[in-house]
Amino acid sequence: MKKIYIVSICLALLMSILAFSGCGFQDEEAEGDSVVYVYNWGDYIDPDTLEQFEEETGIHVVMDEFDTNESMYPLVAAGAVRYDVICPSDYMIQKMIKHDLLQPLDFSRLPNARQYVGQVFYKQSETFDPGNIYSVPYCWGTVGILYNRTMVDDPVDSWDILWNEKYKNEILMQDSPRDAYMVALKRLGYSLNTTNPDEMRQARDMLIAQKPLVQAYGIDDVKDKLVSGEAAMGVIFSGEALRMMLENEDLAYVVPKEGTNLWIDSWVIPKNAAHVENAHAFIDFMSRPDIALKNFEYLTYSTPNTAVPEMEEDEDYKDNPVVFPPPEVYEGQETYQDLGEDGDKMYNEGWIQVKVY
Amino acid sequence: MMRLWKKAYVALIFLFLYAPIGVLIAQSFNASRYRGHWTGFTLQWYGELFQNEGILEALQNTITIGLSSAAVATLLGLVTCLALRGMGRRRRSVLMGVANIPLLNADIVTGISLMLLFLGLGLRLGYGTILMAHIVFNLPYVILCLMPQMLSLDRNCYDAARDLGATPLMAFRRVVLPELRPSLLAGFMLAFTMSADDFIITHFTKGAGIDTLPTEIYAELKLGIHPEMYALSTLVFVFVLVFAFLLFWNRKRMQIGQSAR
Amino acid sequence: MIKSAAMRHLFALPFLLWAALFIFVPLVFVGWYGLTGGDGQWSLANVGVLLQWEYARALELSILLALVSTLVCLLVSYPLCLILTERQRSHGALIFLLFILPMWMNSLLSTMAWQTILEKNGILNQFLRLLSLPDVTLINTPAAIVIGMIYNFLPYMVLPLYVSLSKINKNVIFAARDLGASSWQTFTRVILPLSLPGAISGITMVFIPSLTTFFISGLLGGNKVLLIGNIVEQEFTMAYDWHLGSGLSLVLMIFIIINMMLTAYFDRSEGQVKK
Repeated sequence: MKKIYIVSICLALLMSILAFSGCGFQDEEAEGDSVVYVYNWGDYIDPDTLEQFEEETGIHVVMDEFDTNESMYPLVAAGAVRYDVICPSDYMIQKMIKHDLLQPLDFSRLPNARQYVGQVFYKQSETFDPGNIYSVPYCWGTVGILYNRTMVDDPVDSWDILWNEKYKNEILMQDSPRDAYMVALKRLGYSLNTTNPDEMRQARDMLIAQKPLVQAYGIDDVKDKLVSGEAAMGVIFSGEALRMMLENEDLAYVVPKEGTNLWIDSWVIPKNAAHVENAHAFIDFMSRPDIALKNFEYLTYSTPNTAVPEMEEDEDYKDNPVVFPPPEVYEGQETYQDLGEDGDKMYNEGWIQVKVY
Repeated sequence: MMRLWKKAYVALIFLFLYAPIGVLIAQSFNASRYRGHWTGFTLQWYGELFQNEGILEALQNTITIGLSSAAVATLLGLVTCLALRGMGRRRRSVLMGVANIPLLNADIVTGISLMLLFLGLGLRLGYGTILMAHIVFNLPYVILCLMPQMLSLDRNCYDAARDLGATPLMAFRRVVLPELRPSLLAGFMLAFTMSADDFIITHFTKGAGIDTLPTEIYAELKLGIHPEMYALSTLVFVFVLVFAFLLFWNRKRMQIGQSAR
Repeated sequence: MIKSAAMRHLFALPFLLWAALFIFVPLVFVGWYGLTGGDGQWSLANVGVLLQWEYARALELSILLALVSTLVCLLVSYPLCLILTERQRSHGALIFLLFILPMWMNSLLSTMAWQTILEKNGILNQFLRLLSLPDVTLINTPAAIVIGMIYNFLPYMVLPLYVSLSKINKNVIFAARDLGASSWQTFTRVILPLSLPGAISGITMVFIPSLTTFFISGLLGGNKVLLIGNIVEQEFTMAYDWHLGSGLSLVLMIFIIINMMLTAYFDRSEGQVKK
C-alpha cells in the first residue's frame, strides 16, 4: 500500500516537471502560419462550420471561449494571448477601439462580408465603430419580455408590466447594471446611453420600487425558470427566446413599444494578431451565406446576413418574427455605447444601491 | 437506540450532500436542455458527450492539473509545516497568516494579479501557468489540514527511533509520516477539489487552446449549460463511487482473510 | 524534530521563496490598486467607501451569513466526526472519499441543482405537497444562501476535524471515563481541547470562503441580497474599477489578521493542555 503512495507521488511530480518545462518563454510561436486563434463566446458557432473551414482553407482553428465581454477584455488588453479574431459586443468594440486594441479590417479581402452582411447593420454599427473600420457583424438581436401566456392575462406590449403589482414574485430581471438600467431608462423615455445624473436617479428609484416585485436577478437561470414555469415573465435576449418558445409553447416574446437595446456581436481583429491574413479568411468565411445559414440554425440567433432569410426552409424559423423581425422592430433602436470609466462607475454605484435596498 | 440515532444522523447528512447529485443525474437523462423542465427520458447527451472531443480533453486537463497541483502543494505544504513546527509561536502564526492570504483574496483578484505576474516574468500562458496558479491557491488548504497534526506530533517517538539508530530520513519515514498520513490525504483531497472546481483563476492564467471543465462550463452560460455536462458529471460520479467500493470491499476481504489465518 | 536552526531555515526556504513570488506580489498588486485612485495618486477613498452605508451593510450581511454557516458546519460536524471515529480507522480513506465526492461535481452545476430542489415548484415543495404539508419559501432568501454555503464548504470542516478526532488516543477517553467523568465532561475537558486545532483549521476554511463567495448568493439568493464578494466581483468585471475592488479586498485582510491572532491564541492554550 505504501508503495502505491510513493509511486503515485513520484508520478505526479514527474508530470508536473514535464508541465513546467513545457511552458517555455515567450518568443516566436512554434506553430506554423496555417493557424488562426479565435476568441469567441462559448458554444457560439456551429462546430461543423469550423471543420469545413479547416478543410477548405487548410487553416487550423484554435478556438477559445469566454463567458462575458468583461472577462475577455483584461486578457486581451494585457496581451496575455495573441488572438487573431475576437467576437465582442458593440460597446466593448468601442472600448477596444478607444484603447487602441484593434486593427482596421481590409475589406478588399472580405468580399462576402461586403456583399451579404446587411447595410442596416453596418449603419447601426457606426454608433460604436464609426466608418465601419474595425468590425463585421456576426449576430444581433433585441432585448424584450418573454412571458408565459397561461400565467399573464394582461396584454404585454410595454415595460410597464414589469412594475405591475399583480405579478409580484413572478418577474425575472437580468443581473447586469446596464441591462437593468436599460429597462427603466426606456420606460422613462430616456436614452439607454445616458449619463445624465438626474435621469439616472429617476431610473434608479424606479428599479428600487420594482425590487419587491422581482423574484430574482438572474444570469443563465432566467431561461430555466421561464421554461419550467417557475416565473411568469422575464427580460430575455431575443437569441434565446426562440429556442425557449420551441421548448415551451406557452411562452411568447415581445419587444416593448418604448424601445429596447439592439445588440450586435461582431468579428474584430486585435492589433497584436499574428495571423492577420487567416483572420480575414475566417471572418469572410463566416459571412458566406451557406455558412451563415448553418450557424443561424445552430444558434437561432438573428443573423445580419441578408441571404439567409431566403435560404431558410425550416417552418419553425421561416417568417418567424422573433428571429427575422420586420424592420420596424429594429429600426431606430439604440445600441449600447461605451460610457467610459466615469459612466460605468455611475451605473455600477446605482446598481449597488438598488441591490442593497 | 443510540446506534439507530447515530445511523439516522449520518444518513441525513449524506442525503444532504448527495441530493443535488441525484438532481444532476436525473438532469442527464432529461430530453429538455432546460433545468427543472422534464420532457422525457433520453440517452442523447451521453452519445453527444463521447463525440465531443473538447469536453473529454478538458476532463483530462482537469484531472492531470488537479492531481499534479495537489501533489506539489502537498509536498510543499509538508516541508513548510516541518519548518513551521520548529519556529516560535509568533513567527509561526505570522507565516500561517501569510499562507492564508490566497484563501481570502477574491478569485478574480488572484487571477488578474497572477496573469500580470506571469506576463511580467515573460512566461507564455498555458498548461504550466495554470498549474502554478493552482498550486498558489491550493497551498493554504494543505497547510491548514497538516498544521494541527504537525503540532500535536509526539516528538518522543521520533527521538526514540533516532536513539535506536535510525537515520533522520528513516525515522521520518517510519515514524512521522504514518502519523501524518490522514492529514496529508485530507490536504491532498481538498487541494484536488479546489483545483478541479476553479474557474476564474484558470480563466486568467490559461493560454490559447487549453480548457478545463469549469472554463468550458462557464463559457456555456450565455447560451445555456449543455446537458452533456450533466452526463459527464454522472459518469465521473458513478466511476469514483464504484472505484471506492471496490477498494473498500477488497480491503475488507483481505482483513477477513488475515483474521482467518 | 528539526534540531538545528540551519536545517529549519532550509526547510522554510521553499515556502518563503514561493510566498515572495506568488503571495507577496499579488498582495502588492492589491495594495497598490487599493490605495491609489484612478488618477494614480495615493488615497484612502477605496478603503473609506466602507463608511458608506451600502458597502457597510453588504459587509455586515456577509459576515453574518458566513458566521451562521460556519457555526452550523461546526455544530453538524462534531457529532458526525465523533460517530465516524467510532468506526474502524481503516475506513478513513473511504470516509474522506464519500465526503469529498460530491465536491467533485462542478460547484456551479450542483448549486444550480439546489435551485431545482429549493424552488417554488421545486423538488422539496413537491415532496411536501405529496405529504399534504404547506410549502416552504426558501429560494431567493438568505436561508437558501446559507444552505448553499453549508453544502459547498461542509467537507472543509469535516476533513480536518475528523483527522484531529481520530488522532485522539482512545485510552485517554477511557481513562477520563474511568475517573468518573460524564460524557459531557469527557467532551468538554478532553475531546474538545484536543481537537481544537483541527476545528480552527476547519473554521478558517469555511468562514473565509463563505465571506468572499459570490456565485452562491447569485444563484440561490436570486442576486437580491448583495454580499461583499458580489461587490468585489462587480467592481472588477462590470465596473472595471480595479481600485475600488482592491480597496475592498484590502479591508477583508483584517479577517486574516483576526484569524492569525486566533490561531496564535489557541496555539498557546494547546500547549497548556499538553502539560
